[in-house]
Amino acid sequence: MLQAEELAVRFDGTPALEGATLDVGAGEVVTVLGPSGSGKTTLLRVIAGLQLPDAGRVLLDGSDLAGVPPHRRGIGLVFQDHALFPHRDVLGNVAFGLRMRGDPPDAVARRVGELLELVGLAGLEQRSVGTLSGGEQQRVALARALAPEPRVLLLDEPLGSLDRRLRDRLLDDLAHLFDELGLTAVYVTHDQTEAFTLGDRVAVMRDGRVVQVATPDELWARPLDADVARFLGIANVRADELVRPEAVRVLRTHGRGMGVIERAVRTGPVVRIRVRLDDGGMLEAVAATIDHPSPGDRVDVDIDPEGIVRLR
Amino acid sequence: MVWFTVWQALGSTILTITIALPAAYVLGRYRFRGRNLVEALVVVPFVLPTIVVALAFLAILPTHLERGWAPILIAHGFFNVAVVIRIVGTFWASLDPRVGEAAATLGAGPWTRFREITAPLLAPALAAAAAIVFLFSFTSFGIVLVLGGPRYATIEAEIYNQAVRLFDLRAAAVLSLVQLACVVAAVWVATRLERRLTTTRWRSEHDALRRPRTGREKLVVVASLGSLALFLGLPVAVLVERSLAIGGGHGIDAYEALARPTSVLLASPWEAVVNSIVYAAAATAIAVVVGGLAAFAVAGRSGRVQGSDPGTGPKGTRALDTLVLLPLGASAVMLGLGFLIAFDEAPLYFRAAPWIVPVAQALVAIPFVVRIVAPTLRSIDPRQREAAALLGATPGRVLREIDLPIVSRGLAVAAGFAFAISLGEFGATVFLARPDRPTLPVAVFRFLGRPGELNAAQAYALAVVLMAVTVVSVLLVDRIRIRRGGWF
Repeated sequence: MLQAEELAVRFDGTPALEGATLDVGAGEVVTVLGPSGSGKTTLLRVIAGLQLPDAGRVLLDGSDLAGVPPHRRGIGLVFQDHALFPHRDVLGNVAFGLRMRGDPPDAVARRVGELLELVGLAGLEQRSVGTLSGGEQQRVALARALAPEPRVLLLDEPLGSLDRRLRDRLLDDLAHLFDELGLTAVYVTHDQTEAFTLGDRVAVMRDGRVVQVATPDELWARPLDADVARFLGIANVRADELVRPEAVRVLRTHGRGMGVIERAVRTGPVVRIRVRLDDGGMLEAVAATIDHPSPGDRVDVDIDPEGIVRLR
Repeated sequence: MVWFTVWQALGSTILTITIALPAAYVLGRYRFRGRNLVEALVVVPFVLPTIVVALAFLAILPTHLERGWAPILIAHGFFNVAVVIRIVGTFWASLDPRVGEAAATLGAGPWTRFREITAPLLAPALAAAAAIVFLFSFTSFGIVLVLGGPRYATIEAEIYNQAVRLFDLRAAAVLSLVQLACVVAAVWVATRLERRLTTTRWRSEHDALRRPRTGREKLVVVASLGSLALFLGLPVAVLVERSLAIGGGHGIDAYEALARPTSVLLASPWEAVVNSIVYAAAATAIAVVVGGLAAFAVAGRSGRVQGSDPGTGPKGTRALDTLVLLPLGASAVMLGLGFLIAFDEAPLYFRAAPWIVPVAQALVAIPFVVRIVAPTLRSIDPRQREAAALLGATPGRVLREIDLPIVSRGLAVAAGFAFAISLGEFGATVFLARPDRPTLPVAVFRFLGRPGELNAAQAYALAVVLMAVTVVSVLLVDRIRIRRGGWF
């Protein structure tokens, strides 16, 4: 439905996009995952028509969008820190796109009511946007973008400025919403959890290119190369293979052992353990146990062969 | 004369900053009752007609000190104190107090904190304010004309002298060019400094202001504001007193005489009041339209949809920025003189046209309008416009729905300022106002030129009226407060 083909953009000679290509099917949510500076936001801006590409083209339902200004593209965008209109209340923000489309006032009011209901802000029409919390502003921004029923919804790190708990909750809500509305959406983030939770497919960006597009499972199982694997948090990368940390089992040794624990850190439900092997290598393991070895302990290491991935 | 112009401008600048700094500190760091009122009132002297300021000092000083460089410097200080207080005070309030707090946790005492943190951060604001005060003092006219006497004249006053008293237009034109060169240099420096000012600006999320707590802090607030009030209030009070002084006693004779035709003017003084208001209203309309459009050009509409990276306008806007600022320092006398020469011959014989005065006054007011409106335009997040476009708003619609509502308050404030400035405009108007259509400042000047107690009292009375009209318009403006950005 939406195709971005070989997009290139340079800012003062510095490339931001270098032949980025992305294909999004109708009703599909594609999350774009990449470190900051990889060109994610620029990609969205080109699709929205806010940034003219130096090369490449954007197709929507098969027709080229070159020369179509943003206000006629029918593409919605949720901005990184919302960009709500400060001089309008919640109603005025959500109603904006509907008014631009020329809807009669009673239809506008009805639709705004529906949308606020949908995002869980029913009855807040008259509130000034300055008095809203971060999460509420986020919901208003979403409702505003959804109001004129865009053909494609773009979201630029919409949860980036929120604290973790709020983010987890909104993430669930968003996933539910995307499902319910059958939206076609492109969601940009640097957060792996967001990308994997929301994306039917995940597009990994690096240096202005989309280097890999895959379902979350495929991506986790077969990252394109060592860099992608590292970005996904798979630490054990060797020349031509990688070992996923959850496949590494660390056992207290009864004999000499194979290495020594260098670090053991609990990050929540799991403990990340780093082992320095006697042959000089390092191995990262993830253990879901309460009782785990401590730094300095000598251990044996066992690797589940299913966790070893040969890189292309 | 050039030398005097330069050194009196330097001296005025230093004096002004010295007087203004304590108040700037208090307004930049403390929250107290009446703070907004104080902020509003300090602006009043700045928009007072210079001729009124000069009169006030004439009234206050003993006769043998009346003319000379000292009263000129003090009057400049009175006039310009608002510039420093507003620029530096606002900037001070926008400095994140946590930076100073961080220094304190690293072991810096109050004095070290000021020297190491506050002073360097404040430097661009101080420099920008200083450049503007310098510019105003450099091109000062009304004050120098009245207080300078025969011995002291700035370039600006000498231009007037050559053109009007000696009818030597060539000398006046040469002097104008000299002054223009100086002003261009000063404006260039000022805009450069101001650019740094806006880029180093801290937007503190923390509110920097706090209530004065200790007795010492309260004393600082009271003392600095009290002495400022004395400095700013005394001349005004004496001015009012003089307008009422008649034949050894007090009375409203001078005010009553304003309604009667007088040989000094070809009209009754009250007609001058009406003329002033009509001219100023017309000038305001012109200044707001032209200045508003210029502000759009200067602000560069950096958020143009499909533009390059947000935040930087096209290169041309920089030059434009300086260009629009130029009249801020360019001499009003030069402007009036230029109009007089340019529109003196057919087919451009306009010097007697009724619209020539408002147009000249508008030219003086436009830089202020740009000054006030451009920052509000710049403060609009470009993504607001993008968001509107993506929701289906055409470019024209974006302008109407986003830019205009946000900028409308700035425009209203600018209109008030344009009105006050036009009302008090003297340098250009004195050339262009027809004898039978004098404005208030021109009438004040004419009364001042005549001997006799009643004439003097009438001059003071007219000055009080002019001041009252100005203050009312400024206070009206202040009700529509501009939220952030802008100097005045």
